Amino acid sequence: MPNIKKYDAIVIGGGHNGLTAAAYLGRAGKKVLVLERRHVLGGAAVTEEVFPGFKFSVCSYVVSLMKSNVMRELMLPKFGLELLPLESTMTPLENDYLLRTADSDQTYREIARHSKKDAENYMRFGPAMGQIGMAVRPILETIAPNPIQPSFSDISATKKILDHIKSLSSQQFEYLTKLMTMSSSDFLDEWFEYEPLKATMSASGIIGTFMGPRSPGSAYVMLHHYMGDIDGAFRAWGFQRGGTGAVSMAIAKSAKHFGVEIMTEASVQKVIVKNGRATGVVLDNGDEYNSNIVISGLDPKLTFLKMIDEIDLPSDFVSAIKNFRIRGSSGKVNLALDALPNFTCLPGDGHHLRGAISISPSYDHLEKAYDDAKYGNFSEAPFMDIILPSVLDPDMAPPGKHVMSCFVQYAPYDINGGWNDQKREDFGDVVINTISRYAPNIKDIILHRQVLTPADLESTFGLTEGNIFHGELTLQQLFSLRPAVKWADYTTPIKNYFQCGSGTHPGGGITGSPGEMAAKKILGTL
Amino acid sequence: MIYENTYTANTQLKVSPFFERTSKLNESQEWRRWSGYLAATSYELTHENEYFAIRTKSGLLDITPLKKYIVEGPDSQQVLDRLVTRNIGICKVGQVMYTPWCDENGKVIDDGTVQRLSENKFRITSAEPNLEWIESNSIGMNVVVKDDSFTTAALALQGPNSRAILNSISSKSLDSLKFFWMMETTFEDFPVSISRTGYTGDLGYEIWMDPNDALNVWDLLIDKGKPFGITPTGLHALDVARVEAGLILLDVDYISSRHALIESRKSSPYELGLGWAVKMKKGNFIGKQSLLKELDNKSVWSFVGIEIEWPEFEKHYRDVGLAPGLPSTAWRTSTPLYNQNEQVGYATSGTWSPILKRYIALAHIKSKYAKEGSELKFELKVEHFRKLTKATVVKTPFFDPERKRSCPT
Repeated sequence: MPNIKKYDAIVIGGGHNGLTAAAYLGRAGKKVLVLERRHVLGGAAVTEEVFPGFKFSVCSYVVSLMKSNVMRELMLPKFGLELLPLESTMTPLENDYLLRTADSDQTYREIARHSKKDAENYMRFGPAMGQIGMAVRPILETIAPNPIQPSFSDISATKKILDHIKSLSSQQFEYLTKLMTMSSSDFLDEWFEYEPLKATMSASGIIGTFMGPRSPGSAYVMLHHYMGDIDGAFRAWGFQRGGTGAVSMAIAKSAKHFGVEIMTEASVQKVIVKNGRATGVVLDNGDEYNSNIVISGLDPKLTFLKMIDEIDLPSDFVSAIKNFRIRGSSGKVNLALDALPNFTCLPGDGHHLRGAISISPSYDHLEKAYDDAKYGNFSEAPFMDIILPSVLDPDMAPPGKHVMSCFVQYAPYDINGGWNDQKREDFGDVVINTISRYAPNIKDIILHRQVLTPADLESTFGLTEGNIFHGELTLQQLFSLRPAVKWADYTTPIKNYFQCGSGTHPGGGITGSPGEMAAKKILGTL
Repeated sequence: MIYENTYTANTQLKVSPFFERTSKLNESQEWRRWSGYLAATSYELTHENEYFAIRTKSGLLDITPLKKYIVEGPDSQQVLDRLVTRNIGICKVGQVMYTPWCDENGKVIDDGTVQRLSENKFRITSAEPNLEWIESNSIGMNVVVKDDSFTTAALALQGPNSRAILNSISSKSLDSLKFFWMMETTFEDFPVSISRTGYTGDLGYEIWMDPNDALNVWDLLIDKGKPFGITPTGLHALDVARVEAGLILLDVDYISSRHALIESRKSSPYELGLGWAVKMKKGNFIGKQSLLKELDNKSVWSFVGIEIEWPEFEKHYRDVGLAPGLPSTAWRTSTPLYNQNEQVGYATSGTWSPILKRYIALAHIKSKYAKEGSELKFELKVEHFRKLTKATVVKTPFFDPERKRSCPT
């Protein structure tokens, strides 16, 4: 039965980008409805009390790329956005460690213990990447122009970008070109010599991607991670108080403040298309909601291949979306702990537990982990990016207890024999065994473990193939090609149907950017 | 050979009863002078974690350098009512009042809190020495004035988890202790007074104790507070928090009338945004006649919060190819504010607020430009060149969480 209420816009999916788009539309006075399939909002930016008293940022676990204008325009600090600094990165090694902290002199000294040359170059590297981040910003903040049959606005956007590129210094241009094309290992080899440093830095080039540090194109993913700034400091990472779900809740509160209606446990089955035009949605339970426009915050596969009948889409577009690469490569292991892990290389409690802990002792470690995945297995010794949220925010666990978040790579979606309960537990064991090499007490302090495979990320969070970025961040699917040529400006081949998820420009991470830019595009056309 | 020396040092500054602990915890060994004491600037190499402790966990600050005086005797309430602008007559036993006090011309000498310890006993805290001022204004009255600065040690515990920490130590629950009230309790065998006061604008408490118990109290707090994220916190973090709370600082935001060299350096409570603390309905107090006149004629100056607007601020930096240059700590340099081309005021302290994501400052503005929403131009130096950038007069406190005043239900 059709619902009588008619909305200006319906947003499918209450992930952080869907909520951001909704909030912007609400802010512009539009009547908006957000429909979320799950009982909680946030999509992959969600906090759940999986084990009594222990709160997990179940999937996405850190924040860096959240756009400052989005925070400001949606008044997110007022609604609960609180980003605590994640100050350091420790790479535990067999008999030593590498530590980088918020203090540059201390970081210099720590790196110089291993290589004086690297310590000096590291001081230059940060600012150089900051400048590159600055150089790329205007490109990221432009609605990707359509190079095929460009409209007037496409031409002016293209001109703006070309003018910007012309304004770059030759060094910026050189770095930018290298970062767009090289492997992260080749790029870092030009700067550094100490293997654990290079490997740890290259790790941000493989996160969320089905590539190894030696795969060409991985340098771009590294660049993507450099573009975040918190309070003007580039490359700063933050931890949201209360977990990443609290970021989503802040955006949801802002949206509600602007009059947006939000429904949970409202699973959209299809977008209603009449004469090539979206007119509303139908839920799994048969309820229909009408609206002038429909916006999907889902990934491109779901947005087009599930929500729409193939027959309503141009065939070349359908094949482009089918070819869109969205291979999941990572899993997540969340642990409830009775005490803090004790690292052999740096025993006891200390500041090193307040930042990221990276299991990335060498390129070979990472590349071998990738090799396993290439041939359909999870890594026997995976790369991990670990944080201890309860050290930063004691409210994440009962007093004196802790939670540990382990981002694990690689775990291929297409695993030999398929994912099943046994394989999930085996994967969990491999993760614990790998950690125990550096922190042997880990096995004795685990109260509960939650293991999420790419298959779980798909079934629980609607991430196709478990890809955390809604599609890989590789050159052939960035900017005007994300998710497909001609349809990178948040429009789709269906009139009044728009897209606003991480599968659109400028891509994944908790940025709010696709949601914001989609809303601005829509407001320009409504 | 690579040398590995350890830090030992000597000082001619006074050290607080907590120094035995704070000096060992201070990893940066950055100290600031505060009333002749060594006071930690930041315990860690950067102050961010300490700042966020105040706003999201609990920061522990040694505030012993505050000046403290006991005024005791049958006339003590009368003396204080004559001295300060708040109405001490209605201050109940166990209550605390924040107040400025003025000279005969209605210009502010200092500001602090008055604690009513019993019917006839008060403690007054201040930034600068005030013993002589209190004594000379109680001549002929039946009171004894005592300098309590070195007989009472004090800690501030500030932040959302502060109550939970104190409840885990205190023999009495703090659940019903209201904002600006105090209570007596014990930490194991150590008697302490706890006031629900502070300089951060957050849920927070100040703990007053015998200096001989100082280390025991410190150790208990650190030990029991650990699961709640207790963090020794220095003045860099406090500087940011107090600007967010819109709280003024003597010698930074105003100059005591007792040592202002020229008249224009002095400020009345009205000119410092403290009009709410001047109680004209009570009996005579020092400065009342002058302040009545000022009320009639309207104050020339006002004290306001301003926000430096981000888009224009960012553009100034983008224009020279830089990311926005936010101050990494709170600043306290007088900075001109303009309306059109005319200077109409000056900001005295400011900070980037990490919790609000806003660039904020406290400022003296000529009253006719001080209305909320007024647009001003803030002077900014970008790559050595002066720029003017948009700033707006906004309400203070900039940061005012409900937990500051609320009690658990």
